[in-house]
Amino acid sequence: MAVGQRVLEATSVRRPRRLARVRVWWEQEHVFGYGLILPALLLIVGLVAYPFGMAIYFSLSDYWVGSPGRFIGLQNFRDVLGNEIFRQTVQNSFVFAGIAVALKTVLGIWLAMLLFRPLRFKRLVRAAVLLPWVIPTALSTLAWGWMFDSLYSVVNWTAIHLGIVSPPGPNWLGMPAYAMTAVITVNVWRGLPFFAITVLAGLVSIPREYYEAAEVDGAGSWGGFRHVTLPLLKPVLAVVVLFSTIFTFSDFNIVQVLTRGGPVNTTHLFATLAYQVGLSGGNLGQGAAISLFLFPMLAAIVFVQLRYIRRE
Amino acid sequence: MQVGVRSRAEKIRSAAFGYANVVPFVFFALFPFYYMVITSLKNDAELYDLKSVPFLIQTGVITDHYRYLFGKTEFFTWMKNSLIISVVATSVSLVIAILAGYSLARLRFRGVSSFGTAVFITYLVPPTLLFLPLSQVVVWLGLSDTIWSLIVTYPTFLVPFSTWLLMGYFRTIPREVEECALVDGASRIQTLLRIVLPMALPGIVCCTLFGFTLTWNEFTYALTFVSQTANKTAVVGVTADLIRGDIYYWGSLMAGAVVASLPIVIVYVWFLDYYVSGLTAGAVKG
Repeated sequence: MAVGQRVLEATSVRRPRRLARVRVWWEQEHVFGYGLILPALLLIVGLVAYPFGMAIYFSLSDYWVGSPGRFIGLQNFRDVLGNEIFRQTVQNSFVFAGIAVALKTVLGIWLAMLLFRPLRFKRLVRAAVLLPWVIPTALSTLAWGWMFDSLYSVVNWTAIHLGIVSPPGPNWLGMPAYAMTAVITVNVWRGLPFFAITVLAGLVSIPREYYEAAEVDGAGSWGGFRHVTLPLLKPVLAVVVLFSTIFTFSDFNIVQVLTRGGPVNTTHLFATLAYQVGLSGGNLGQGAAISLFLFPMLAAIVFVQLRYIRRE
Repeated sequence: MQVGVRSRAEKIRSAAFGYANVVPFVFFALFPFYYMVITSLKNDAELYDLKSVPFLIQTGVITDHYRYLFGKTEFFTWMKNSLIISVVATSVSLVIAILAGYSLARLRFRGVSSFGTAVFITYLVPPTLLFLPLSQVVVWLGLSDTIWSLIVTYPTFLVPFSTWLLMGYFRTIPREVEECALVDGASRIQTLLRIVLPMALPGIVCCTLFGFTLTWNEFTYALTFVSQTANKTAVVGVTADLIRGDIYYWGSLMAGAVVASLPIVIVYVWFLDYYVSGLTAGAVKG
């Protein structure tokens, strides 16, 4: 057969033969594999890795919009760390992400367990619960902004008519603690579906026999939850919580639309401060330094996740 | 021993408990959308009247806010921009991700696992970490202030995400099917296109839906890279350009939010199950 092929190739014209050689080369598993991954690789190198390198370079230079800048070492980081607003931002970020992720986890497990029970209109309920996650966040946050309006807030209107607060009620987006509460509320509202639906999938995968065994052993519903549900949900929960931590820390949309970091910087997060300093203010070097503070946290979480995936 | 058999009364009580607890969640999830819609249909006199009941429309439904939106603003252009960006960025990303996902899930070559790790890491990189340097890359590419700046940068989060999702789907296809095709003389690319792709169709639909949703909803890059009104996306146009001076005209703002959300709502209602399965693939940013 090999001989016949050779004879055939020898008698055919030059171009098809070269094409055939290319084809044989291309059909090799490793060549084909590298070939298919090439576009994705170019994209990652050109538009993710390279900009990341640039972010580091920016952060080490006094780079302003429109001027090239020169190397100034760690000056930006020193400036940023000495800045009152930045320290406020670090504190805000931990308060915001800590409370929001904790609330999403607890409420998410609770909601998932409710959805897990036999329920009429299950599809409809699930669709409703997932909706906040699907609608453009910037737009739904805009609606929340109107709900927290300083004068016509529907939240305050309801609270006043229920007799919970006296008129005119709190200025939600104008007072520090209230503004943080508002921002966290919107983040929980938007992020809860992700937790609930993912945890629900985890619940579905737990074999019923485990609960039955726990019941035989005399465990009540709380015992079943503690000794069966929680341990078996752990892998799913770990992934969801780590994911959510990254994206809650690096949140931009909600704060930018609702408060722009105000009042007096009490809701600024790394991303919104970086935007304000780097783009509105034009100080790209310092802006890049601020957003790079997200990196250690990201690296830690990626490390944990990768170890976790490998172990499975 | 009989386990799990309960009395009728207990069942009813348990069901009532379930509903009583689910209702607040549904209300919490849906109320902002309800409020969005009724605000967009109310006249200003009622909107800014402290004595009116905010939950209802008492002085008649009006469409003025919508007419203002389509007649006096560039809203239609923003919707068109969003549509072009979403469709082009999603399609390009899908092609790149299918190739990469298949390669990483199925082929054996040196470094395949490091490539997989690289894709996973990029998938976890939040856009807010890179928007400053990317805004300069966009300037150097000569794309600043155009919709192309977004078409070029959106694949940076779409490709890692879609690749990761598709790898899962490709892995579920039995290897024998491909091997049969290869033995029968099909080339590798034919095997991918004619045998593997049709079998991974649910994954591809899923990626398309999420790609469309993520690009349509994207805010950080769209706000940062484009400042010219005529080139904005619907989400940024509504949030930034409908505010005149420093005054929020809530009627038209909410009308804009409703219409700009509509394409996503329609797709969502149509393909609900795909959204759920994509989410639970554990591969979606929360």
